[in-house]
Amino acid sequence: METAVFIVSALIVLAGGLGVVSSRNPVHAALSLIATLFGIAVLFLNLGAELLAVVQVIVYTGAIVVLILFVMMLLGVDREEDLDTEPLVGQRLLAGLVGLLFLGAMLAIIIIGKDAIVTGSRSVTGALSPTVSNITQIGTELFTTYVFALEVTAGLLTIAVVGAVVLSRRPRDLEPIPEPESMTDMGDEPLTAIPEEGAH
Amino acid sequence: MNMLGGDPLLSGHIDLAVVLIVILKVVCVFAFLLVATMLMIWFERKVVSDFQNRVGPNTAGPFGILQTLADGIKFFFKEDLIPDRAERRVFILAPLLTVVPAFLLFTIVPFGGDFSNGHDGSVEIFGKTTYLQLADPAIGILFALAMSSIAVYGVMLAGWSSGSKYPLIGSVRASAQMVSYEAALGLSVCAVVLTTGTLSTHGIVMAQAGSGWGGFIPHWNLIATGFVPFVVFLLASQAELNRPPFDLVEAEQELVGSYHTEYSSIRFALFFVAEFMNSVTMAAIIVTLFLGGPAGPALLGPGWLWGVIWFLLKMTGFLFLFVWVRSTVPRVRYDQLMDLGWKVLIPLSLGWILLLATFWVARDQHWNGFITVAIGAVVGLTGYGLLKAAIATSKARRLEGVVD
Repeated sequence: METAVFIVSALIVLAGGLGVVSSRNPVHAALSLIATLFGIAVLFLNLGAELLAVVQVIVYTGAIVVLILFVMMLLGVDREEDLDTEPLVGQRLLAGLVGLLFLGAMLAIIIIGKDAIVTGSRSVTGALSPTVSNITQIGTELFTTYVFALEVTAGLLTIAVVGAVVLSRRPRDLEPIPEPESMTDMGDEPLTAIPEEGAH
Repeated sequence: MNMLGGDPLLSGHIDLAVVLIVILKVVCVFAFLLVATMLMIWFERKVVSDFQNRVGPNTAGPFGILQTLADGIKFFFKEDLIPDRAERRVFILAPLLTVVPAFLLFTIVPFGGDFSNGHDGSVEIFGKTTYLQLADPAIGILFALAMSSIAVYGVMLAGWSSGSKYPLIGSVRASAQMVSYEAALGLSVCAVVLTTGTLSTHGIVMAQAGSGWGGFIPHWNLIATGFVPFVVFLLASQAELNRPPFDLVEAEQELVGSYHTEYSSIRFALFFVAEFMNSVTMAAIIVTLFLGGPAGPALLGPGWLWGVIWFLLKMTGFLFLFVWVRSTVPRVRYDQLMDLGWKVLIPLSLGWILLLATFWVARDQHWNGFITVAIGAVVGLTGYGLLKAAIATSKARRLEGVVD
């Protein structure tokens, strides 16, 4: 049963991955990415890591790809791409070579190493327990062993958000072309607030 | 099979009876959802027409109750149009992507069972003990969040693939709105999880069962989390469902019919059904999270039946509330919608979670309750003041024309 689920979802993951690189249309590529991420969520479920599976769906499928699609629709870059000409000459050949090299290396390790490469430990951060659910375990580990890393990540994300806001705030005088006055510039203030400024 | 959670049905040996019970439950939930959606569409049309002094559907069946069925049959036999400029594959896929999450969302809702007098809501079918809910995974309510975040795709891709202007604008609006309100939705679910200490929906209902404070005030999360998460969840769920007063997505005066403008026949019907099915499911989830789901006193007869009755009563109450709001509150403006989401609901629920967490830590550590609450309130008010000042400053600078 576990093997059957693995094979099906692995096929979905691979097909999705192929779709991402070979689709002419960026939106189709994004859709293939969703298939890949879903397949990975199913793989997580198959391993009994249900929290990871749901987080995978909520964060990657439900937020990140939505944002990617959103930006594509907003910017109107959803045109068909020309896949025949290579932007960088020799890029594809090189990518193929590196891919083959990786495959060869992995096969070599598996063939030479035999059983020795599999450590046999299913979990490195905390012992698996049949009674405590892995949600509790992940929570406990995050807020005890890895609390420093967690806090640093939180800080990093805050810095990223603040940075994004600062970058997107354009001071008016630095703008080379004056933007047309639009409704949105006024916010939700009543329009009568504007003439007062000129009156002084 | 620990993966599928706490349902005692799946913890023992899995034989044919167990498989049959699961199949039976799937069929029951499927049928219930379809019938409930059908009735909800009729109910909404009937109540809205009552509000507007009209008669509403009254021809098909008693009180026009079969109107939805008649509409559905009509949709099936209509010509299926695909616009010339549409992206064929995605155009066909989009309605399905809307309907599937709508169905899946209901799987985790406990819809019956005896929770009175310390019972744990399990029932006996064919000699097997089980819960009256399709699945009780350990991740429980997170699954609902996952499904509601996937529901964006149907809307988004429908608008994009139509190859037409208004559907695209509608779908961009929809996705922006749904993504923004998901945060508030998740944060108010957080408050419930914090209070009950479990993600499993069955566990959440269990925590709210029992006679409660003073013997008559029910032990509902509505009170235990202090009303604020409930209000936030209710507002955010309306925005998430794209229902009035947050139906900017389908503002007919501006956008014709939003993302499903180009859809016809059964594909349109799928969007329509998904929308109402989501309303039904969202009401069910609100009942589960805040009003104790099927928990309630069993008066006479079998206890599990009373669970179903309480659940349906509470759910119908919320559905009426949805329709009531729809027919009385005017649509908000788009910037008001975004301001409400980002500047009110998200900070409010974040602050409330901090307060709740402080409260629980204080109880665990036996701190002085009064001082803890006082300090919490001061910190909360300071945060509110800072936020207010920041918003005021940005508004002033925008008016001065310093920044965009």
